[in-house]
Amino acid sequence: MSPALLLARSTLTEARRGGLPWLALFCLALAFGLAAFLSQVAVTESRALQAALAAAVLRAGAAFLLAAHVAASVVREANDKVTELALALPLSRSQYFLGKLAGFGACGACLAAASCAPLLLWAAPGGVALWGVSLAFELLLVAAACLFFAITLASVVPALAATAGFYLLARSMSGIQLLARGPLAEDSLAQVIARGAVDAVALLLPRLDAATRADWLLYGSPGPAEFAAALGPLVLYSGLLAAAGLFDFHRRNL
Amino acid sequence: MLLAGLAAQLSVQALRPPPATAAEDLPPAPRAQALRAASLGEPAALSRLAMLYLQAYDLGAGNALPYQRLDYARLVQWLRAIVDTDPRSEYPLFAAARVYAEVADPAKCREMLAFIHQAFLEDPNRRWPWLAHAALLAKHRLHDLPLAQRYAADIERLATDPGIPLWARQMEIFILEDMNELEAAKIMLGGLLAAGRITDPQERRFLQGRLEELERRLPSKP
Repeated sequence: MSPALLLARSTLTEARRGGLPWLALFCLALAFGLAAFLSQVAVTESRALQAALAAAVLRAGAAFLLAAHVAASVVREANDKVTELALALPLSRSQYFLGKLAGFGACGACLAAASCAPLLLWAAPGGVALWGVSLAFELLLVAAACLFFAITLASVVPALAATAGFYLLARSMSGIQLLARGPLAEDSLAQVIARGAVDAVALLLPRLDAATRADWLLYGSPGPAEFAAALGPLVLYSGLLAAAGLFDFHRRNL
Repeated sequence: MLLAGLAAQLSVQALRPPPATAAEDLPPAPRAQALRAASLGEPAALSRLAMLYLQAYDLGAGNALPYQRLDYARLVQWLRAIVDTDPRSEYPLFAAARVYAEVADPAKCREMLAFIHQAFLEDPNRRWPWLAHAALLAKHRLHDLPLAQRYAADIERLATDPGIPLWARQMEIFILEDMNELEAAKIMLGGLLAAGRITDPQERRFLQGRLEELERRLPSKP
């Protein structure tokens, strides 16, 4: 087996032994309990409410758990000199980085698969499967972002904060652009500059609001073109983040 | 010390008086774009949560004003923003037609029916059941037959989906039938159930409760 794959397997084992499955189970229970409780208050669309709410909680929970695990793992390995030890072996920096990314991506895929389980109670299997696949790619992007920030910033809290800021901004960018262009927006110079700045930032971010949509659970699965349009940018941006992370990792003195 | 601290915490919380009902009305509605931005890519979840929040502004939940005395202009703005956040959700129009339009104040009822009519015009094939109920309310609650006929005519003219049941596509005849509100409501509910439009168990329970309330208020024709 190639060194990168061995490293990916050990990363997955570390996640399993580190309590991530228990945290994921807690997240599932939280989503299920919250959805069940709030559906009792609804006078209509109780199943849709349960599906939409559970999907939102599971999506955010999985992203947070994975980011926290990636940041803690990478920073701990750097502080314990495990990274230096690994690079002293016949293992290139690229193999190390890509092996870790593959391992974290596999963790994300497991979290995505676990998140699909409760949704089968309220949504069609086809929609849930596509939602799960999209979540797996979204979590790969989160893992790539957190790995980049953790290596660059070398500290857990800043890495988590940067990842959270990136993720939340990417998810809300379309809404912010809509606000900037709303009917109440004036045509003053300041407003034009602000709108331009918002559009420039939007160019640099992936459109996470187009992926892993609860609409696929509630209103039917997306067509192939829509699904490809949602996933393509995630794969592209994960590659971009991986390239950025590799660039930074190669230039570091370890 | 730990046990003493826990006992003190429990005692302080238990001795606190229950939340006082604040006589404050519904706050101004956010813009739909603001709701979409705040949804973080989950408009379906946020629109339904917003409806639960709005719903809690009626009976109980710390608000001294029953929903009938809420500012209906603001209420319509809230419903409008929520509809625009997730246009495919039926929750806001269900609440508009089945809860907020069924008030004793004719002006408020008209305001809500006007909102339902405007929302229907944006998506007739999906939203015709709510305008059908609005037509019934216009006839039996407002005693405004021309308004009821206008709504019925719009359903016939604009709701062109072949899956729409016959009684809805001939809504004007249905409106002109000599029957009271209870009979009309039973026929409409039966028609919606037969057409598979009502599948949610909470909705079924709610509508059954409404029918029972109508039965208590109005006797059936012999």
